[in-house]
Amino acid sequence: MKRTAWWNLLLLVPFVATLFPQFYNQLNPPLFGMPFFYWYQLAWTIGSGVVLAIYIAVTRGGTSDAR
Amino acid sequence: MHASSIILIVLVLAVTVLGFAAARWRSAGSLANMDEWALGGRSFGTVISWFLIGGDLYTAYTFIAVPALAYAAGPVAFFALPYTIVAYPFGILVLTRFWSVARTRGYITAADFVRDRFGDRWLELAMAITGVIAVLPYIALQLVGMKVVFLQLGGVFAAGGGTLALAISFVLLAAYTYTSGLRAPALIAFIKDTLIYLTIICAVIAITHMFGGWAGIFDAAGKAFAARPKPGTLLLPPPAYFAYGSLALGSALALFIYPHSITSILAAKSRTVVQRNMALLPIYSLMLGFLALLGYAGIAAGIKTTNPQQVVPMLFAQIFPDWFAGVAYAAIVIGALVPAAIMAIGGANLFASNIFRQFSAQRDSLETRTAKILTLVICLFALIFVIMITPQYAIGFQFLGGAWILQTFPAFVIGLFTRWFNPKALLLGWAVGIVAGTYMAIQTNFTAAFPLHLFGGTLVGYGPFYALLLNLVVSIVATPLFNAAGNTRGADATTAGDYA
Repeated sequence: MKRTAWWNLLLLVPFVATLFPQFYNQLNPPLFGMPFFYWYQLAWTIGSGVVLAIYIAVTRGGTSDAR
Repeated sequence: MHASSIILIVLVLAVTVLGFAAARWRSAGSLANMDEWALGGRSFGTVISWFLIGGDLYTAYTFIAVPALAYAAGPVAFFALPYTIVAYPFGILVLTRFWSVARTRGYITAADFVRDRFGDRWLELAMAITGVIAVLPYIALQLVGMKVVFLQLGGVFAAGGGTLALAISFVLLAAYTYTSGLRAPALIAFIKDTLIYLTIICAVIAITHMFGGWAGIFDAAGKAFAARPKPGTLLLPPPAYFAYGSLALGSALALFIYPHSITSILAAKSRTVVQRNMALLPIYSLMLGFLALLGYAGIAAGIKTTNPQQVVPMLFAQIFPDWFAGVAYAAIVIGALVPAAIMAIGGANLFASNIFRQFSAQRDSLETRTAKILTLVICLFALIFVIMITPQYAIGFQFLGGAWILQTFPAFVIGLFTRWFNPKALLLGWAVGIVAGTYMAIQTNFTAAFPLHLFGGTLVGYGPFYALLLNLVVSIVATPLFNAAGNTRGADATTAGDYA
């Protein structure tokens, strides 16, 4: 397997983090008065952007995207 | 006339002028060329693409419907977050490959790719027709979003149930889209999203000051849910977990295979631009999350309405001074025009390129002429659709459209990675998926949760997602059968290097 292919596993992180509400369907701990269920999902919008930025940085050179 | 009405009219007119002027913006070649008219010359950099794709995916209807769902149904509305979070890691794998092969081979639609990859005209037609039919009700829903604002404004805007205002806005939209092609929504998207972000930021500041901070808003919402005839809470009931996850995943898989998404992605000038946008677009999802919370703010504000879609405009009227409410309304109306234009172009591209394809020396200019006229036809059709039928049906059709477009997933998305499938098997899987998706949609009265009875248990999930699984099973099982039956495959016109 190429180096790039292993890094593809990184892309699974946002899926695992957000598609199973059983892991975050709770009120505590709240943040700024917002129950956990809500701020956790809001935070993952930024979190997944960061994951993707890392993915792009580490896979550059693995593909011919210099165009 | 109220200040809000004047501001709305001024902003919509300004956007119209911009739409026509866009024909000259960054133009390199003749607009008779399909790449120029339909894809803005495939020249957009990271920033323009971010506004264009964001303006395309996060539609006015979303701004109305998601808070409406939060107001009416509570926590389930927040599936919009996982939905628009997981769409991007999926997109970065799939869309970069598609962008590369489309650039090398000059594709303007997903059906162009499927035709070349599998060498099957029928499969190409199935992809194209599905795309066109799925996108039509989506355009109609943008009109529904605009109508909500016009009804809130009242007076001349609400004349004939908002029909006059809708007709004028859509005639203007059709005219500048015809003239300028994709450049019109690309330029207008800057205004749209600036207004949207401004509105959301101001709304969040206002509501957190007015209703006792987030704690106050959630407290009010929690009490309201508990007091309803079917009591709810601020959290999901455990049986809803699978429906929540499968709805988010199924919607995310469908998001980027809609024709309008394809159109705005292919307008990017490089593969790197597509990649970067996948990392930057989640900012829109954050905004969408706060927008959903406006539904809860509506509860805290004491808004009572039998039509939850009016919640956001009613809330704006309550929390903003009149003139700024006008800015917020303009944000929604312009927010409908941008995706509607791209959807009309995307649908017209499919028609021109994959349904009416003309094999002649002047293919390009003929195709563009067909696509331009079809844009007008599609806009007109959507307008009539909304005037003739009740919004409830428009929403039902849009749900069906989502179920159908998802059935193009195996041929298009999996086709980007492998040619293992027999095209006839894909066609059979597609047909089975369409029938199953439609059946489940009717059974559930066009709602997301379908109870699947399997092995004695019941799993409530997103119907179109089940239909996709069935589609995949059929395609996999039928492939060796069609191969064995000597069903010849067409040649693959793409090479491995095209995808990198």
